[in-house]
Amino acid sequence: MTGGGAETINFKSALREAAIAGGLALLLTLPLIGLKTIETSHGLVIQPHFADVAVTVLLVFMGRLGLVLAATGLGWPVLAIAGAVTAAGWLVPFPTDALRWLDIAGGGVVAIFASLALRSSRVGFDQAERDRRMDRIGARLQDASRLIGPAAVLFALALPMLPFANRGVVDLGCVLLSYIMLGWGLNIVVGLAGLLDLGYVAFYAVGAYSYALLAQTFGFGFWLCLPLAGVFASLYGLMLGFPVLRLRGDYFAIVTLAFAEIVRMVLLNWTSLTNGPVGIAAIPRPSFFGIADFTNSPAEGRLAFHQMFGLDYAPIHRIIFLYYVILALALVVNFFTLRIRRLPLGRAWEALREDDIACTALGINSTNIKLAAFAIAGMFGGFAGAFFASRQGFISPESFTFIESAIILAIVVLGGMGSQVGVVIAALLVVGLPEAFRDLAQYRMLAFGAGMVLIMLWRPRGLLAHRDPTILLHVRKSARQQQAESEARG
Amino acid sequence: MTGDPTRPLLMVEHLTQRFGGLVAVSDVSFSARDREITAIIGPNGAGKTTVFNCLTGFYPPTSGRLTVSHCGRSWLLERMEAHRIAGAARVARTFQNVRLFGGMSVLENLIVAQHNKLMKASFFTLAGLFGLPSFRRAEVEAVDKARYWLNRVGLVGVADWQAGNLPYGAQRRLEIARAMCTEPRLLCLDEPAAGLNPRESADLSELLRFIRDQHQIGVLLIEHDMSVVMQISDHVVVLDYGRKISEGPPEQVRLDPAVIAAYLGEEGDG
Amino acid sequence: MEYFLQQLINGLTLGAIYGLIAIGYTMVYGIIGMINFAHGEIYMIGAFVSVISFLVLGAAGITWVPLAVAVVLVVSMLFTAVYGWTIERIAYRPLRGSTRLAPLISAIGMSIFLQNYVQLVQGARVKALPPVISDVIVIMVREDGFKVSISYLQILIILLTFALMVGFTQIILRTSLGRAQRACEQDMKMASLLGVDVDKTISQTFVMGAALAGVAGVMVTMYYGVIDFYIGFLAGIKAFTAAVLGGIGSLPGAMLGGLTIGMIEAFWSAYFSVEYKDVAAFAILVLVLIFRPTGLLGRPEIEKV
Repeated sequence: MTGGGAETINFKSALREAAIAGGLALLLTLPLIGLKTIETSHGLVIQPHFADVAVTVLLVFMGRLGLVLAATGLGWPVLAIAGAVTAAGWLVPFPTDALRWLDIAGGGVVAIFASLALRSSRVGFDQAERDRRMDRIGARLQDASRLIGPAAVLFALALPMLPFANRGVVDLGCVLLSYIMLGWGLNIVVGLAGLLDLGYVAFYAVGAYSYALLAQTFGFGFWLCLPLAGVFASLYGLMLGFPVLRLRGDYFAIVTLAFAEIVRMVLLNWTSLTNGPVGIAAIPRPSFFGIADFTNSPAEGRLAFHQMFGLDYAPIHRIIFLYYVILALALVVNFFTLRIRRLPLGRAWEALREDDIACTALGINSTNIKLAAFAIAGMFGGFAGAFFASRQGFISPESFTFIESAIILAIVVLGGMGSQVGVVIAALLVVGLPEAFRDLAQYRMLAFGAGMVLIMLWRPRGLLAHRDPTILLHVRKSARQQQAESEARG
Repeated sequence: MTGDPTRPLLMVEHLTQRFGGLVAVSDVSFSARDREITAIIGPNGAGKTTVFNCLTGFYPPTSGRLTVSHCGRSWLLERMEAHRIAGAARVARTFQNVRLFGGMSVLENLIVAQHNKLMKASFFTLAGLFGLPSFRRAEVEAVDKARYWLNRVGLVGVADWQAGNLPYGAQRRLEIARAMCTEPRLLCLDEPAAGLNPRESADLSELLRFIRDQHQIGVLLIEHDMSVVMQISDHVVVLDYGRKISEGPPEQVRLDPAVIAAYLGEEGDG
Repeated sequence: MEYFLQQLINGLTLGAIYGLIAIGYTMVYGIIGMINFAHGEIYMIGAFVSVISFLVLGAAGITWVPLAVAVVLVVSMLFTAVYGWTIERIAYRPLRGSTRLAPLISAIGMSIFLQNYVQLVQGARVKALPPVISDVIVIMVREDGFKVSISYLQILIILLTFALMVGFTQIILRTSLGRAQRACEQDMKMASLLGVDVDKTISQTFVMGAALAGVAGVMVTMYYGVIDFYIGFLAGIKAFTAAVLGGIGSLPGAMLGGLTIGMIEAFWSAYFSVEYKDVAAFAILVLVLIFRPTGLLGRPEIEKV
């Protein structure tokens, strides 16, 4: 295990391992990548892409070989070759872009491993060591969040005034904040109460359709519909909660998923109400608190926003206003969560997550507590949905598929369950990165899936899983000190 | 303060529990009194924990009647949901393999135990959200109670640790403290001395006596450790193969031939 | 009556396909207690491999149907088995003994990855294949000319499913592999102490489940003639419903559950509405879990306190 080149390097076994990995890659890619089916005017035909397969197999073989050799002490040569291979990604022509990215990413990973091996004379860390390191980072971040938190809020408040804030930036801000709000909302159910909800998007859908239908049918304004959407989503949560809350773990997860799919299919098929797959268009936009409209030519007797403040008309006013609305909503959810964790209800949620049988033995009615979590998280999901509908002006069942639930759940779990900062960071990673690399759009979900797997393998408890006690008997210590103490004990 | 002296705190009458074809507990009757420590003993698989699980509402008993009486009222446990047994009938319990809220701090464990009281004080969260003084007072009281019990079980110094990081003996004591924070009238302990060293066992006996004498409640315990049982119990019930084979004061039970046969028989088999 | 009979035949066929996928869920859940969320994608990959193999065989001039079908079955089972093994090795094994959520999240990630991988390399458009077996037997004719028929393909699907069912039950009951599986199901730690290679057993379980999903993929390709990269999700949830309905961990239960779901879907679309047929399947899942969480053939379990 000490490595450092002193050991004899077993090329034979390294080659064998690499050959196995390469062979596996060959089997995995041969039919799906090597034989592409192409639709032509007279049916399907096969188009061979064997070069792609060969390159993939070669890359996997070299990658595996590099990892094994780096582990046995050949850090420098492996690092050099991996670096060269990565560089080749930009210079050498590849059959497809996907392979180019595979080459760059794979080469990069091997290079990182090799340099780690050089530094600590071993490859990677075992799970426990890795966990401790991440715990330390998590603890440090928890401490820092006392400073970073307000700073981030100030930055978010100032964002639309900053010079680089064009329409695209503010729009991206809206999307990010929506996901952060959804993440914080779902965090109540998953992170605090420990109930794995795979159908959170249903609350979002209920909120969005409530707003769209109420606004279109009865002409209610945004500020009346917002609470109503919350109430409807909350009621949906209660309705769903009564039957499913006594199910355990995985069953619970799959039933929430089934319910979300039922909701989506009802939206798809109840054409007379929801307009089916076509969706609802021309949803009224929010007004400036019912006082003024965001339009160049306001209707008879209405005030326009720019007139009210004596500005020139600009379409970005509305986007900036929407940005502040979602910022406020998200902050409400955040402050609510921070507060409720220190209240009996929030503590009971966390206790339930830790051990529901013990909770029952302490006289806690776990069904009511779970229902409360569902209803509250549902309400926030409904708010977010109403906001979504009003921002887009158009909704259809397309927007409420399982993948949305998976994205929100990924934000919560990857960030580190129960961690408010973690949700923000994970939202930046999961939603922000793909938005930033728009030209790679076709690989976006591929990378998203792979990322979910990798982060779980690397850190099963989520990136920033750190929990501060909600009440202390003695003087407060920083999370870092606590972490150090618990390591000294453990 | 105490109930009707003629009615015991807990009365178990003809309790039977079947799982499919297996009869785990068969027609067991006994009672436990206020301000007494009642021990249920018996070889492995005698049905002791099953009796506990029936008592605390985790298994609905196949037949039989379980009555808890105090403060001039009675509760029929077999008809109540588990959380009401703890909340209304004031029966608290611990578990054979400690069930703490491992990720939460020691103090939080004790605060969660006072959930129902605090929930009312926070006016079902609303008063709490706005930080009204009535709720803050209730929370201070809850912390005081927790501190009292932490003092009792010697865990004040580690109050802010994660409960899961405590050594095993401390976890057992914390679980008892947590049960006591629910202000029970009957405390049910499932093998509290299991895995403790002799010193910790002695401390435990001390603690249980203190609970009985100072807090004037009934204690029902399942125990393997005969030294603990003989030292502190006022009344002993012996189960074997789901049946009650003996009952009485410890000295008497110790000499009962049926009990000796059951224990020797077990050792002979093992 | 005639109409009913026809729906029965259609339902049985559909149910057989669901049942085959459900076996994979039930075996994996039985042994490691996790929902293999990516199992539906394995079935989808099986369907793609079968389309590709049919085309390759056609190009190679092998047109004798029994041979072609046999080759395609074997090829699909082989490749899906490799996928099953790899997925377990990469995404689940390192997380064994971790938190309960981690493997599920990893499985969801794997499912998303595989879906998009196939979409990327094979294109997002629907793949249509001309029918391989198209002969039908007319069983009876109603006065108004409505024919009750069963196709050779349907017979093949039902018989093959039945044969695989019997074969797998024998494996579980009689071979050392089956014994090892049952031992791991009971108590993994104890099994490993007694010399059962737990890792290997779990791998084999994944391989077996994946191979069966591959067969289901071949069947669905031949039965419907159109597939796309997205078919795994819905079929996966329905098959999981079937596994739960039958009683998770029980092989005959999975088959029974599959048949029930197939039947419900066929009759629901025939007599009520096609649009809500999926809703019906999900509603069944919810109802079963609420009223009989152990399923039709599952053993009741007592929660240990």
